[in-house]
Amino acid sequence: MLRFLINRLMLLVPVFIGVTVVAFGFIRVLPGDPVEVLAGERGVSAEKRVEILANLGLDKPVWQQYLTYLNDVLHGNLGVSVKTNRPVVEEFFELFPATAELAICAIIFAVIIGVPAGIIAALKRGSKIDQGIMGISLIGYSMPIFWWGLLLIILFSNTLNLTPVSGRLSFLFDVDPVTGFMLIDTLLSDEKGSFLNALHHLILPTVVLGTIPLAVIARQTRSAMLEVLSEDYVRTARAKGLSTFRVVTIHALRNAMITVVTVIGLMVAILLAGAILTETIFGWPGIGKWIIFSIFARDYYAVQGGLLLIAITIMTVNLIVDLLYGFINPRILHQKNKS
Amino acid sequence: MNHSAVSSKSTLGQQWQEFWFYFSVSKTAVAGLVFLVLVVFVALFADVISPHEPAEQYRQFAKLPPAWKEGGQMQFFLGTDYAGRDMLSRIIHGSRLSLLAGSIVVILSLSIGVLLGLIAGYRGGWLEILIMRVMDTIMAVPGLLLALVLVAILGPGLLNAMVAIAITYTPYFVRLTRASTLSELNRDYVTASKMTGASSTRLMFVSILPNCMAPVIVQGTLSFSTAILDTAALGFLGMGAQAPTPEWGTLIAENRDLILNAPWTVTFPGIAILLAVLAINLVGDGLRDALDPKLKRS
Repeated sequence: MLRFLINRLMLLVPVFIGVTVVAFGFIRVLPGDPVEVLAGERGVSAEKRVEILANLGLDKPVWQQYLTYLNDVLHGNLGVSVKTNRPVVEEFFELFPATAELAICAIIFAVIIGVPAGIIAALKRGSKIDQGIMGISLIGYSMPIFWWGLLLIILFSNTLNLTPVSGRLSFLFDVDPVTGFMLIDTLLSDEKGSFLNALHHLILPTVVLGTIPLAVIARQTRSAMLEVLSEDYVRTARAKGLSTFRVVTIHALRNAMITVVTVIGLMVAILLAGAILTETIFGWPGIGKWIIFSIFARDYYAVQGGLLLIAITIMTVNLIVDLLYGFINPRILHQKNKS
Repeated sequence: MNHSAVSSKSTLGQQWQEFWFYFSVSKTAVAGLVFLVLVVFVALFADVISPHEPAEQYRQFAKLPPAWKEGGQMQFFLGTDYAGRDMLSRIIHGSRLSLLAGSIVVILSLSIGVLLGLIAGYRGGWLEILIMRVMDTIMAVPGLLLALVLVAILGPGLLNAMVAIAITYTPYFVRLTRASTLSELNRDYVTASKMTGASSTRLMFVSILPNCMAPVIVQGTLSFSTAILDTAALGFLGMGAQAPTPEWGTLIAENRDLILNAPWTVTFPGIAILLAVLAINLVGDGLRDALDPKLKRS
């Protein structure tokens, strides 16, 4: 297990270096002179210019600048946001729980509906039910989610008046941020009704962000189940006289789980990309909205730091998924160790 | 000479027939193809088909609902936007931009990706390591985010959005082509043509490449549909095509404030995106089933 972990970590090193090069390069290739940006409209004299360059470390060769940057990154220093004058890392981790909460809810929503839907479709292969489920999931897969969000707002918020349009919690409530997860914080606080209010705010963004993962999970579960159901051991189990329910829950589902875990691993990047759109539509104060805002505000240190931290988040989640995968399917662990 | 040309033609015909046999099994795939052909037709003849100029502002008819709603007019079948522009004409002209964006993204990412994948698989060594690590890096960042960052560097606009999206899709083609190249490399036919003195270029492009194309074509179709979605998403975020260009995502963004007053200005462009992407995905599924040798045997 430890060797497996170390192997995986070693594979991440070149990617990590690659991402830092991209993040470092991002600021360098942007159009515009950094000194003039800092000096604003007044401009600077030639001597002052040299001084500013030296202060920023920009007078050194590029490779030295990169090493300085890498050193800063490894010490958790990702620069200061130009707009808020706060460290980028601090801003990121303040907003991160909002995105994490949304993403976790979306993936739970996708799994709770997608896995049973996929199983039913596989068991009723070729039937109207199968065609219906697969048809709907293909529509979900083809959905422009920013439009889907607006459509749900028109229907549920404006026409039926059931859900709020934006934000995480009504301004009427005053809840202390303890964990940053609104559902937990509202439970911890003594504000009556705040939990339900937070839940109401979560529903539409969860559905919007979870739609594509739901479609993918349903499709993958179906094809995994079809494969498993044609295996000899399933036929043996059937021949022994086990009910379909037992065959599915005991024998087939374990293998379906492998698919689901793999898909969730692949979903992390899709979820974070989707979060950019979903958070923009629903005014959700998370990483996605923050990074769009930073791009428009030309707050490039925030964009640079956000890019790096999001990549690191994805790498970490994928690592965890890989390890989980090893637990569920021991064959993987042994194969990888041998090679 | 002449004879061999004829025989190779007939095998191509046979291949096509076989492919069509498997493809046409799926009615939904054929339906998707028919719709897609229709969209291409509309895009090609947008100038003739669309009832109005997409940018023409009929101020006196602003925010007119669709024809079947109360107050709607037949001449503005899908209604008008805040400036009195005909939604139907804007959507028809938008199909041009979306299909163009999808095609350019696929052509760019597919050709660069296949080339790099072939080189990585065929040459191996440090070049392979370099190419694959760069691709890993691109894949470590969510596609839409990377595209946004690239557009921030290049400047907003439809062309830059296409280039940015193409870069984020390239790794998938590199990985596919490299994997197929590696598995083809040790086949007898490759060894045989190596023995007869074929050059590396000939080996790569004439012997190996055609045998790697099936998964690449399937990936290409899938990328085509996601490229349309991503182009629309960038347009929606204000980083792709700029208003008043009638790109589908941009249309939704510019009418977003009207979602209460004039919901049709947001609904119809979205339906257009959904249907086009759905049709391409149906075709993609059909292609995958028709080209997948595993299914063929059964």
